[in-house]
Amino acid sequence: MTLKKTVGMYESFIRSGRATRSTHYCAGCGHGIIHKLIAEAMHELGLQDRAIIIGPIGCSVFGYYYWDCANLSAAHGRAPAAGTAVNRLRRDAALALYQGDGDLGAIGFNHTFQAASRGEHMAVFFINNATYGMTGGQMAPTTLIGDRTMTTPYGRDPLTDGYPLHVCEVLNQLKAPVYIERVSVADTPRIMRARRAVRKAFEIQRDGKGYAFIEFLSPCPTTLSCDAVQAARFCIDRMEPEFPLGCLRDNSAAAVSRAPRKKSVSVDEFFKRSDSGQAPTAEVDRGFAERHIKFAGFGGQGVLSLGICVAEAARLERRFTTWFPTYGPEQRGGAAACSVIISGAQIGSPVVDSPHVLVCMNQPSYERFAATVRSGGTIIVDSTVQLDVKAPDGVNVFRMPAIDLSLKFGCPKSANTGMLAALARLGVTGLSEEHLLAALDSSFRRKPELMETNRMLFREAQIWMDKQKECSKERLKT
Amino acid sequence: MTKFVKGNEAVIIGALYAGCDVYFGYPITPASEIAHAAAKWFPAVGRDFLQAECETASINMVYGAAAAGGLAMTATSGPGMSLMQEGISYMAGAELPGVIVNIMRAGPGLGNVYPEQGDYSQSVKGGGHGNYSCVVLAPASVQEMCDMTMRAFELSFKHMTPAIMLADGLLGQMMETLTLPDRERPKPDTSAWALHGTAATRQNLITSIYLDAATQEEHNLRLQAKYAGMRDDARHEAYLCGDADLVLVAYGISSRIARSAADILRAEGAKVGVFRPLTLSPFPEKALCGALDGRKSLVVELSAGQFREDVIFRMASACGHCVIPALCNRMGGVIVTVNEVLEQARALLRR
Ligand SMILES: Cc1ncc(C[n+]2csc(CCOP(=O)(O)OP(=O)(O)O)c2C)c(N)n1
Repeated sequence: MTLKKTVGMYESFIRSGRATRSTHYCAGCGHGIIHKLIAEAMHELGLQDRAIIIGPIGCSVFGYYYWDCANLSAAHGRAPAAGTAVNRLRRDAALALYQGDGDLGAIGFNHTFQAASRGEHMAVFFINNATYGMTGGQMAPTTLIGDRTMTTPYGRDPLTDGYPLHVCEVLNQLKAPVYIERVSVADTPRIMRARRAVRKAFEIQRDGKGYAFIEFLSPCPTTLSCDAVQAARFCIDRMEPEFPLGCLRDNSAAAVSRAPRKKSVSVDEFFKRSDSGQAPTAEVDRGFAERHIKFAGFGGQGVLSLGICVAEAARLERRFTTWFPTYGPEQRGGAAACSVIISGAQIGSPVVDSPHVLVCMNQPSYERFAATVRSGGTIIVDSTVQLDVKAPDGVNVFRMPAIDLSLKFGCPKSANTGMLAALARLGVTGLSEEHLLAALDSSFRRKPELMETNRMLFREAQIWMDKQKECSKERLKT
Repeated sequence: MTKFVKGNEAVIIGALYAGCDVYFGYPITPASEIAHAAAKWFPAVGRDFLQAECETASINMVYGAAAAGGLAMTATSGPGMSLMQEGISYMAGAELPGVIVNIMRAGPGLGNVYPEQGDYSQSVKGGGHGNYSCVVLAPASVQEMCDMTMRAFELSFKHMTPAIMLADGLLGQMMETLTLPDRERPKPDTSAWALHGTAATRQNLITSIYLDAATQEEHNLRLQAKYAGMRDDARHEAYLCGDADLVLVAYGISSRIARSAADILRAEGAKVGVFRPLTLSPFPEKALCGALDGRKSLVVELSAGQFREDVIFRMASACGHCVIPALCNRMGGVIVTVNEVLEQARALLRR
C-alpha cells in the first residue's frame, strides 16, 4: 500500500535538523492531524504563496518544520498582536494563527479578544487539548473540573482554579468575527467536519472577508497517560459535554471583501500643503541678551498659547527660541505654566528657573513664582491679583487689567492678548511690536473671525497703558 | 521648510520621512503626543496607525510588522517600556528591525509624569532576557528627535536589531524650530528574509528558537560579533573640550543643562567643556577616553548614577583608566538646575 502524499507540507522535514518524514508529535496527538488539515486546505485553495502562518509557543512551536509556506514564530500568546501587524502590512496575504489553549486562552487571551473585536483578517486555529503539553502537563484554562494535572494534583477545583474557559462562546459575544466553529479531531467523521471548517476559514482569508475562529478539541495522550484510542475517547466523552461541537456563527456569505487602500499624498506634499508660511532660520547674534520668560496662570487662561505666540514672534525675528510647558495632571483645570527662552545663540537648558520676565494671570501663580524673578526683572500681573507677597527688590511690577479688558470685548478667552500688549509696550521681550502682532495674527490663522477682535483688544490695551504713563507723568509734574 | 513643534511631534515627522509604514502605540504621559501626531498624520499619507490594547501588544505588533518587511515603530514611557522588554528581546533574537521611542518619566513603579533618565541601564544594558544589544540613540533637541528617529530606522535595518530612542519628558514636551528633512528615504529591500505573502518570500522563516544548545551558542556568538561591528556607528559631540580643565559628561536633556553651565563658566574664564554621546549603544568610548584623559570630570544626569557607572566602566574597558567623575544629579522629575551644576563645577575647578 502506498501512502497518499501529503500536500501543503514539505517533502522532508529538514528544518527539524534531520531529513525525516515523521513529525515530532507523540503518537495519537491531535496537532499532527490539524497540521495536515491546514496544509491541505492551503494547497487546495492555491494559497501557499500567499499564506503566512504564525506559530505559538507550545508543542506546535515547530509547525514551520512542516508547512510549506511563510512562517513566523511569535512570543507566547502574542500571535494575534504580530498577526494584526502582518495584516496591516500585507493586505493580500492569507494569514493564519495556530495557538494552544495556554497560549491563546491564558497568557494571550486579551490579544485574541481584541484582535477578534477589531475583526482582523486572520484564520485562528485554536487547539484545545485541555492541558499545557509542552511544559509537562500543567492546568490549562480549558482543563476540566476535577481533572488532575501537575498543578492541580488534587483535581481542578472551581473554587480555587475557576471553571473551564469557553473561548468560542466568549468570542461569540463580539460583533466583528465572521465565522466561529468548534470541531474535533477525535475520529474520522469529526475530522471530515474539521476539514470543511479549516477550508472555510482559509476561503474567508482568500477573499479578504475577516476574522475566522476554529476551536479543535484535540487529544493529548501523553499528559493523559493513556493510548491514542483512550485519548480520543476522552475528547468525545469528557470534553464534548463541556465544549459542545458546532458552528456558533457563519456570516461568510454576507461578509464583504475589504476595500483596496485609497491613494494618498506623499509626505513631502502633505507637509508642504500644511505649511503656514516660512519663518526665517535663526541667526547668531552675540549682542542679543538672552531673555528668560515665564508665563503662569490657570489652565484655560491661555498662558501656554501666549508663550507659543511670543516664541513665534522670536522666530519671525530670527532669534533662537524654546518653549517648555508644565504638563501632566496639572494641565487639566489646575495650574498652567510655560517657559520661553529667546536668544541670539543656540539655547542650552530650556528650563527657566529665574526669569527676567514673569507674566501672571492669577493669584497662586504670582505667589508661587514672584520670588524667582531676577533683580532688574519685570512682573506683569493681572489687576485682579492681590500683591500681598512682596516682589524681590529691584523687580518692577506692572498691573494690567487684562481680564477686565477681555470681558469688555466679550471674549474672556482673550485675556492673554492684553498681556501680550503689555509685553510689547514694556519692551521686555527684546522683540518688536510688529513681530508680536504678526505672531498674534498667525495664532488665529484657523479662526480668522477672532483675529480682528484680538487686534482691537491689543490696541485698546496699549491705549490704556499709554494713558497710565500720561497720568503718572502728570502726577510727577504736580 | 521649518515648523515650530514639540519634540514628540518631531518624532513622527522623522518617522514619516524615514518611510515608516505603521505606528502602534498605547497612551501614556509624557509620550502621548507621539501617538496623537501619528494618528493624525500617518493615515493622511496612506500609512497605518493603530492603538494597541497594551504595550505588550504594541511591541509584538512592531515584531509582526518587521517580520512582514515593514518599517514599524512604537513609543511609550517607563511602565510601558518595561512591558515591552519581552518583545524587544524577541526582536533581537529573531534579528528584526524596528524603532522604540522611550520618553522617560520618573520611576520606579508608577512614579510620576515628569522627566527622568532612570531607564538608562534598562535600554543600554539589556532590559529583556538574554544576551543582546539594541541601537540606543540619545537626542537632545527637537531637531534631533526628528533626525535621530530617521537614523534609528537606518541603523536598525543596517544591524537588524531594534533601535531605541532614549529621550525624556522634557524633550518630548518642549517646542523648538524643526527644519524638515529634505526628502523621504527609499525603502530597504526586505525580500531576502521577510514574509510578504508572495511566491518569492514563501520559503522565509522568522524565529528565535534554537533548540540545540550548541546551535543557540553559535547564534549568540554571531550576535555578539554583530554588536561589536556596530562600533563604527558610535557618535558623540565634544563641545569646547579641547583645552578644558573640566569636562561635563551628559546625554540627552542633561547635556543642554551642562552646556548652559559650560557657557557661563567660559564667560567667567574657566576652561570647561561638555562631552555628549549621541549614541549610547554603540557607546563612543574611545572618544570619551580622549576627551576625559587627565581632566577633571563631572557627570550630569537625571538618575541615580546609572550613567556615571557606565562612564566609569567605558573608560576602564576602552583605555584601562580608572576615572571616577563627580556626580551632579536629581531624580523623581526634579530637573538639575544650571546653578547646581555651576556650584559643583566651581568647587571642582578650585580643587
Ligand atoms: C512568557 C512565557 N511564559 C511561559 C512560557 C513557557 N511555556 C511554553 S509553552 C507553554 C504552554 C503551552 O501550552 P499550550 O498553549 O496549551 O500548548 P500545547 O503545548 O499544549 O500545545 C508555556 C507555559 C513561555 N515560553 N513564555
